Amino acid sequence: MTTDLETADAARPSSLRSRLTALLGRQPLGLLFAGPYMVFLAALFAYPLGLAVWISFHRYFFAAPGAQVDRPFVGFNNYKTVLSDPAVRKSFLNVGEFLVINVPLTVVLALVLATALNSVVRLRSFLRTSYYIPYVTASVALVAVWLFLFSQDGMVNHLLGPAAPKPSWLVNSGLAMPVIALFVTWKQLGFFILLYLAALQGVSKELYEAASIDGAGRVRSFLSITVPGVRPVTTLVVILATITGANLFTEPYLLTNGGGPDGASTSPVFVMYQKGIEQGNPDVAAAIGVILVVVVLLISLIYRRVLERD
Amino acid sequence: MAATETRTPPVAAPDAGKPAARRKPRSWPSLLVLLLGALVFLFPFYYMVVGSLQAKPDTSLGGAFPTGGLTLHNYGEINGRVNLGKSLVNSGIFTGGVILATVVFGVLAGYALARLQFRGRGTLFAAMLLVQIVPFQLLIIPIYVMIVRSYGLADTYLGMILPFAINSTAVFIFRQFFLQLPEELFSAARLDGAGEFRVLWSVALPLVRPALLTAVLLTFIGPWNEFLWPFLVTKQTDMQPLAVTLANYISNIAGRASNPFGAILAGAVVLAAPAVALFAVFQKHFIASDLGSGLKG
Repeated sequence: MTTDLETADAARPSSLRSRLTALLGRQPLGLLFAGPYMVFLAALFAYPLGLAVWISFHRYFFAAPGAQVDRPFVGFNNYKTVLSDPAVRKSFLNVGEFLVINVPLTVVLALVLATALNSVVRLRSFLRTSYYIPYVTASVALVAVWLFLFSQDGMVNHLLGPAAPKPSWLVNSGLAMPVIALFVTWKQLGFFILLYLAALQGVSKELYEAASIDGAGRVRSFLSITVPGVRPVTTLVVILATITGANLFTEPYLLTNGGGPDGASTSPVFVMYQKGIEQGNPDVAAAIGVILVVVVLLISLIYRRVLERD
Repeated sequence: MAATETRTPPVAAPDAGKPAARRKPRSWPSLLVLLLGALVFLFPFYYMVVGSLQAKPDTSLGGAFPTGGLTLHNYGEINGRVNLGKSLVNSGIFTGGVILATVVFGVLAGYALARLQFRGRGTLFAAMLLVQIVPFQLLIIPIYVMIVRSYGLADTYLGMILPFAINSTAVFIFRQFFLQLPEELFSAARLDGAGEFRVLWSVALPLVRPALLTAVLLTFIGPWNEFLWPFLVTKQTDMQPLAVTLANYISNIAGRASNPFGAILAGAVVLAAPAVALFAVFQKHFIASDLGSGLKG
């Protein structure tokens, strides 16, 4: 009798436990530990992502907190507005120009400098630090120096003398975007050098030794061993550089004084800010954001296809 | 920068010396190229400091190497136009709040992801990686709608901190470090009757202290340097962090100062100095493998 009761008693919690295990996992405490981070991702990443898409399909305007307002579904109207707006198209073309300069320059310089850093012994830490110091410094502070360097009466024009461009760099519609692309390349390069330095540790030393026995020079072994050896990281660098470019805001806002001259250096995020927050059309701005995400994803997929092809 | 130079040899020698020396004794051409590159990279920083100390802007080549006439006047000038102290405090609270939340909740999440079996772990891991790819700027409109319009958190520290509160790259770094610890360590502690909290606090945490420093450094540069979000969320000047204050000074007020560039550069030095100093001092904690693993996924 007693034994029956005992087994029944013991069985109930254990089956409950196994059901709990099936539901929550073997260590449900993990849910508690990861809970705050899960809530954070749900509330400040997943929900806004969905909200952006929702806003872009409705006529949406700002209202006071708690106010009940009608926000009718408008289909693709906001997208039509955005795609037919020359200012938006210009901003996408500008970022295209930015990427054509920034991405190849970033990949080549970062890989060459990382390879060189990997081969030196003396001053290595000092050099590595020098290259990533711009990466850890605020854009706003760095823009201040570039404004000083590239202004009409700045040092760059002083050095160039009669060869200085007219109109000057930041107010020249042909040069504003290239200067921004150079600025961002300089600022971000140190981070990409670190990624390549990590990748270079994984390239087999024997390959280099074999190549040098076969009489391959420095350039030859760089092209035939280093470049293919770090290819997965090159894909990553290209995608991250593209995402950074798609995010461009501070530089057009400050360095070229609001995407100037005459919209020659606007960026999609800058236009999002103008239309969404300054002019109070968040629906149009959200549509720009969705288009930008889709374009970045498509470009990333194309990169992967092209760069990881054998 | 001088501090890094003097501490370089002992740091560089143990990890770098052997393989490079074996492979190619002749590394001076690389060194020369690297030194020239470093000069180009560091010159704007040097020029920032020099420009901030000049009474009048001298943009000639000689002006970059002044022999005298340096003054702290520009620092007084910008401090008179904007409230430098209050801006620094705001930057500090914004950054401190993000670091605190990242360390507390990020360590817990990283530990759970590395060491505990629970429902939804795979999904959470995938979400953590995804967050690092989808850029924050693209979410500014919905987040602005939520924080400023729905919750009325404009001009509050909470509104500033929330979107950045837990840095996903830091969570990833914590996970990687907890993952590297041997399992026996944990099973032994659990056999001794230690609860999961105790295992984390007394066994795991002391062993991942280097990761903690790396994660704090990495998290620091986000909010300290961030411009767009605090710019959108703060309209009151006494709530703005330094990056926003300086940007507003550059675009609105600078024209009225006697030496506009001098004052701007003085502000830039104040904004840049903490980050530069931190990374110069702790540079060996900011190494490729930590970061590489943090972003490669």
